[in-house]
Amino acid sequence: MIPAAFDYSRASTVDEALALLMEHGADAKLIAGGQSLLPYMKLRLARPDRLIDIGRIDSLRGVRALPDGRLAIGALTTYAQLLDEPKVMGLALLADALPRIADVQVRNRGTIGGAIAHADPAADIPAVLLALDAEVVARSAHHGERTIPIGEFFEGAFSTALTPDELLTEIRVPSPSGSYGSAYRMLEQPASGFAIAGVAAVIGQTGGFSADAPIDDVRVAVTGVGERPYRAAAVEDALRGTKLGSAAIGNAVGAITDGVEVQGDIHADVAYRTAMAGVMARRALEAARERLNE
Amino acid sequence: MTTEAIREGVVGQPIKRVEDRRLITGRGRYVDDIQLPGLAYMAILRSPYAHANIKSIDIEVAKSMPGVLDVIVGADVPYNPLPMAWPAGGSAGIQNNVSTPRALATDGVKWNGEGVAAVVAETAEQAADAVEAILVDWEPLPTVVDAEKATQPGAPQLHSTAPNNIVFEWSVGDRDGTAKAIDAAEVVVKQRLVNQRLIPNPMETRGDVGMYSPGTDEYTIWMSSQTPHIQRLLLAAFVMGVPEHKIRCISPDVGGAFGTKIFCYPDYPLVLLASKRLNGRPVKWIEGRRENYQSTIHGRDHITYLEIAGKKDGTIDAVRVKTYANLGGRLSTIGPGIPTTLYARVLSGCYKIPKVYAEVVGVYTNTVFVDAYRGAGRPEATYVIERAMDLFAAEIGMDRAEIRRRNFIPPDAFPYENPSGLGTASGGAKIYIDSGNYEPALDKALATAGYANLATSKAEARRRGKYLGMGLSTYIEVCGVAPSKWIGAVGEGWGAAMWESANIRVHLTGKVVATVGTQPQGQGHETTYAQVVADELGVPMEDVIVQHSDTQGTPFGYGSYGSRTSSVGMTAAIKAAGKIKDKAKRYAAHMLEASVEDIEVNGADYFVRGSPEKKKTIQEIAFALDLAFDAPEGMEPYLDETAYHDTPNCTWPFGTHIAIVEIDEATGEVDLLRYIAVDDVGKKINPLIVDGQLHGGIAQGVGQALWEAAIYGEDGTLQSGSMLDYALPRAEWLPAFELDETVTPSPVNPLGVKGVGEAGAIASTAAVANAVNDALAPFGIRHLDMPLSAARIWAAMQAAGKGSSGSNGSSSSNGSNGSGGKEAQA
Repeated sequence: MIPAAFDYSRASTVDEALALLMEHGADAKLIAGGQSLLPYMKLRLARPDRLIDIGRIDSLRGVRALPDGRLAIGALTTYAQLLDEPKVMGLALLADALPRIADVQVRNRGTIGGAIAHADPAADIPAVLLALDAEVVARSAHHGERTIPIGEFFEGAFSTALTPDELLTEIRVPSPSGSYGSAYRMLEQPASGFAIAGVAAVIGQTGGFSADAPIDDVRVAVTGVGERPYRAAAVEDALRGTKLGSAAIGNAVGAITDGVEVQGDIHADVAYRTAMAGVMARRALEAARERLNE
Repeated sequence: MTTEAIREGVVGQPIKRVEDRRLITGRGRYVDDIQLPGLAYMAILRSPYAHANIKSIDIEVAKSMPGVLDVIVGADVPYNPLPMAWPAGGSAGIQNNVSTPRALATDGVKWNGEGVAAVVAETAEQAADAVEAILVDWEPLPTVVDAEKATQPGAPQLHSTAPNNIVFEWSVGDRDGTAKAIDAAEVVVKQRLVNQRLIPNPMETRGDVGMYSPGTDEYTIWMSSQTPHIQRLLLAAFVMGVPEHKIRCISPDVGGAFGTKIFCYPDYPLVLLASKRLNGRPVKWIEGRRENYQSTIHGRDHITYLEIAGKKDGTIDAVRVKTYANLGGRLSTIGPGIPTTLYARVLSGCYKIPKVYAEVVGVYTNTVFVDAYRGAGRPEATYVIERAMDLFAAEIGMDRAEIRRRNFIPPDAFPYENPSGLGTASGGAKIYIDSGNYEPALDKALATAGYANLATSKAEARRRGKYLGMGLSTYIEVCGVAPSKWIGAVGEGWGAAMWESANIRVHLTGKVVATVGTQPQGQGHETTYAQVVADELGVPMEDVIVQHSDTQGTPFGYGSYGSRTSSVGMTAAIKAAGKIKDKAKRYAAHMLEASVEDIEVNGADYFVRGSPEKKKTIQEIAFALDLAFDAPEGMEPYLDETAYHDTPNCTWPFGTHIAIVEIDEATGEVDLLRYIAVDDVGKKINPLIVDGQLHGGIAQGVGQALWEAAIYGEDGTLQSGSMLDYALPRAEWLPAFELDETVTPSPVNPLGVKGVGEAGAIASTAAVANAVNDALAPFGIRHLDMPLSAARIWAAMQAAGKGSSGSNGSSSSNGSNGSGGKEAQA
């Protein structure tokens, strides 16, 4: 439980961090809260030559509302800070997911940016951000700032669209007009607490709430099931334009793993994981529907 | 030694633990807290293969790494293999083909994690880095991890001395009589039961500091051990060939053990050798959690074929089992004793079953060794017999409480000797069940649980899409294992005695030092011994300090395990206090110019009968006798007495536990709604500590029923190799336990105690497993193996729903059940 030797640099500003990334690039790992990286290093499953500690860059911490209503979450904002943030907890999906992440100690240290940059295929936050249609802001010394749609961010297990010289700085969550409901439901792998299957659902009536009108915005994102978190397009297509009745949901969630290579392990084989993705999708959609007019 | 006097004092009071001030404020002193001048650090290279020959080991690069002081391989170790001290005794058959580990492997490796080389360096980090630089040329060999498969023709062979990987074939009970009873029975129920392998997980992993003293040729080892005196004996006489008095073993604070720290481990001789090779620099080795999973003992791992036979009126006539016990790649110190003496001999539980026969096959596999884990054999036995009672009740359509009631050993049958029981000690004394009265505990638990309303509760749950189940476990266990003459006579003990020791000194200031041979690992012995000694001597509890766990300065003792400390160790303390009181009486007579026969004792006061004003207190007597200015002829100064106690018999706690669960139809998740435990542990020295022991034990047992499983892949890789994959119970998953008691004092010790360290873990696994299986009955599921994970339950419900059997591994002799048809499926 002792990590392999590594060098250590601390960045006090974003620019310092970018310069260090330029210098050390692929041989270095950024460390923020360290709640995922350090355990891997202690098991010597990760052996970076250098850690660039960005944990004290205060400008990357905190939540603010952008003029257009979007929520901008600094990459270094901890889960605990998010839990204390009314603007965040007002989103039912995040209010569902955040309290279930790990334990108090981890939530005090772990950051939302770290969670998605680490890209654990069973983590909760990636599915939540996928369903929210978030954007990821990244910056590098060479190319400046760019915005990555969350749907293009996760490339595989522990693999993202970030280049070795890039620093994830912010996550932006849109604030669509209309009436929305959302929910996150997950079945926990009892040892790790990660998802065997976790489903984030966002549904909306873009023209505002109407008990008689169909749902015209449906986003369903799944974690723990495939080699990366994904949007379940077949489920979304099947439900868009319906009133999201229980029968419609029941029929649609059968396609929750369409086109996905479902993973099996000692905790859940492919059949169970597939079925649970469906159960969690149904529960998340039903809960989102209940919240549509809240 | 009157129990009346004890009851008025601090014994029986829920006193907070005196050791907690230091332990919970971070001021405890565990092995890793030991700092010595010149301390060096050891890391061990462990095998990535579960079965392999070692063609060569290249240590040259490692030796040249920064800070490296020494690299040790198996050939460098001049010691014997570790001892195996508890062969399966008694019956005929293949006997004890013993292979035990060496400090480092020399003849290849038998499991994923066996140690093959060690590095000693200036820092722990340097040692960890250098271990990776050791190059081993491996020749991987075929593997087998399943005990039953390992005995079959064609299985990979681990040891040339153990054909078919069989360590022993052992049996107990009346084979022919049991066969006859089963053949003639009205009803026979059969079931294959798997008691899965568990990783014990004490909060503190193991670790040692070894120090050789070149000036005196003596060895000192700080070890996280339950048995420092035994370890000194084993290291001296069996492993290192060093005179016993040249080794000192110290267990500082030990952060949990659950049995894992009873045994002799390869790192003990290794740290001592490492220190000797460095001419006396102390060497520390601290086990990582992953290393703990790979190289400290595991528990359980039985495959059992059960037959239970009886009448349609619910009378049980016979039980027969064949059990394959996985003992790992080599044997741990008492591995074979657990599935034989401590399992098969208590298999009939609290029931009067005329014929019991058990065959046990001990088996080598490519897994880490298996030995005693909290309960050690008794949880396995309880699981078998409590599942058996439920299966039989279901077969004949009888209520599960009623069938238990009908077969209980009746209260007037004690002392009771069970037919496959612990046998006869030398001199003819029987090892019997000391006392019991099982129905009151059952009745109390049933009333608390609302058993009469079970059907209503189930129907209500169904309306919410849940399946509710209730499970009973009317358990019994054997504690305070003893006496020595039985251990010796039956040949089923661990090659050693079973007594305990205590020394008590009353110092000049009246303060009392009690020094004991047992070794606490979280049980609160510093509190409970002090309660007992304070009451015996009539002094305030805070005037008593309890010392333990250092072979220098404590009397020899066999250590703490098997819930034996209160029954055996504390009786030794009471005896030592009795000797102190006898001497104090004689000196009081001298001081008061009275005859010793006329001295009466009341608490701390020693007075002349009929003249209570003519008195001396124990403190006054100690003061005078320590100064000895006026000691009478022939009386030695000082109040200092040692006593040894070999208890006449074991103690047998019992009780009824009830679990109530709900299963989510869609996911298979189990929610443990309520847990009711009515335990009879005899009299209680400290009810608060008793409750704490029950809470922890119940949680561990529930963990086995629902979540925990040590899983080896076919290639012998430990797949549940960290806490990311091995699920320990969490407080938030458990309800507030509803504890209650009955009190049947044990007649075998003056305190009337029975022991409580293991009771919770022994009882709860079966209660929860029975509850889950009860909840699944509407699916026609008769039996599911543990852990009763959501995935396993869901798969079984799916299979049942599709009309297949769904009763994972079950078989039925009479063919009338296990149909798999769903009855109340939504």
